[in-house]
Amino acid sequence: MNRLSSFNVVSLTLGFVFLYVPMLILVIYSFNASQLVTVWAGFSTKWYGELLSNDAFLDAAWVTLRVAVISSTIATVLGTMAAYVLVRGGRFMGRTLFSGMIYAPLVMPEVITGLSLLLLFIGLGLDRGVLTIVLAHTTFSMCFVSVLVSSRLVSFDRSLEEAALDLGASPWDAFRLITLPIIAPAVISGWLLAFTLSLDDLVIASFTSGPSATTLPMKIWSSVRLGVSPEINALSTILIGLVTVGVIAASLASKQAALRARRDEQTAARAA
Amino acid sequence: MRRAVLIAVPYAWLLALFLIPFAVVFKISLSDIALAIPPYTPTAKDGIWTMLSQLDFENFVFLTQDDLYWKAYVSSLQIALISTLFTLLVGYPMAYAMARAPEQWRPTLLMLVILPFWTSFLIRVYAWVGILSGEGFLNQFLLWVGIVDTPLTILNTNTAVYIGIVYTYLPFMILPIYSALDRLDGSLIEAAEDLGCSRIKAFWLVTIPLSRNGIIAGCFLVFIPALGEFVIPSLLGGSGTLMIGKVLFEEFFSNRDWPVASAVAVILLLILIIPIVLFQRNEQRQVEDGR
Repeated sequence: MNRLSSFNVVSLTLGFVFLYVPMLILVIYSFNASQLVTVWAGFSTKWYGELLSNDAFLDAAWVTLRVAVISSTIATVLGTMAAYVLVRGGRFMGRTLFSGMIYAPLVMPEVITGLSLLLLFIGLGLDRGVLTIVLAHTTFSMCFVSVLVSSRLVSFDRSLEEAALDLGASPWDAFRLITLPIIAPAVISGWLLAFTLSLDDLVIASFTSGPSATTLPMKIWSSVRLGVSPEINALSTILIGLVTVGVIAASLASKQAALRARRDEQTAARAA
Repeated sequence: MRRAVLIAVPYAWLLALFLIPFAVVFKISLSDIALAIPPYTPTAKDGIWTMLSQLDFENFVFLTQDDLYWKAYVSSLQIALISTLFTLLVGYPMAYAMARAPEQWRPTLLMLVILPFWTSFLIRVYAWVGILSGEGFLNQFLLWVGIVDTPLTILNTNTAVYIGIVYTYLPFMILPIYSALDRLDGSLIEAAEDLGCSRIKAFWLVTIPLSRNGIIAGCFLVFIPALGEFVIPSLLGGSGTLMIGKVLFEEFFSNRDWPVASAVAVILLLILIIPIVLFQRNEQRQVEDGR
């Protein structure tokens, strides 16, 4: 039953070739000695050197990193709260509006979100800079976090929490000691998702940042509009490498956690 | 008491930074054109009546007079629709093969689909600039194989935009279809085949209808963001590629005509409300079916 037909194999192979070859070409050509991106002139790492001595890129990378860490942390707290309210909150006034506001930003075109936030910030007289980008990124990424966390909250056994409450735990203790450890994987992947969304965002950052703060995607954007550049290839390769290492490490860690959980369960079953 | 705080904090945040900004956009779309100056007069401070009496619809009238905007809306819809279809054609066979793959391969295949999603969107679009350009990788390859004699012009055309959208949004199509197919009970197909269906007929009559929710979710997840896309048409499309996201961005940053940009955004939002509401309904039904 579980044998792949040749049609399946072909569609998978072609699909993955389509997904990965463009990035592979980018990586290969980042080591090209030639200034012309389409002519191969031997192996060289000079573009990496030039990139690392480019202060504008380094400054932008620092801004981007700060924004991503701060906004994804706030977004994880707010998103987890929102998920808890959605799943466990019961009925309250304006619940439909609340869940609408959680789901709508997921599909809202970035140009509209960016435009509306910019007009708000100007209306409030807020100076645009790191703070306004953080506010904007927190808002859209908290929704992604809350969707991830709420799917985890829905699927876990509520009686565990109730047992803790029956045994005299305060609601906060029940959350801290029972709920949080169980939803922790979703909370962590929510943070990671918020972090990458923030690192990646061009459009909303363009609208909400002022002259004092330029993010890395904005910097990349202004260079790639002029065409292909070997420096950007080098930068892309570094980013692709970081993501690949990060994702592989995360998946190994979660595999290990799953193994440990299974072992614990078996031990518990034997003890009982 | 705690519960109230728990609800109030994220609620207030979303109201302040998601809902109110839209009200501002709506308000500005009805304001006078005042170049490079925030068109904020009159405000609520001046009283509701002054606000209402000063509303004017000239920005919307302006949009109907200049056919650039209509063409941009229509061509955005067309580009989003066609590329959604192509994404489905590429994504469905992949999702199907993944769901049919041996159990122990599936996590790896899933990771391979998700990995590009974690990689910068901008960089993935940019990768195609070097491939599709006149002396780019694709043309070099086609010339070398001998399929074409002269380099094809692909970059800066709508074809490049289709390729870009299919490429960047493919994971959004594969994942929901995969999860629908993964849940599908294999014995149903066996039963259909036992009852005399050919494999292809069983596929059309059993597999496709049972994966319908995944197909619908995937199509919306590609179509809705593609409609307002800005990066892909700006990098891969040509001067002839009209997409409303690009028009909005340029109206705002180059022409600095905020009221018109806001009016463009309001209409785009109105167009989007229909698919977004349909999508949410479908999601809700799926959740109810699942339990």
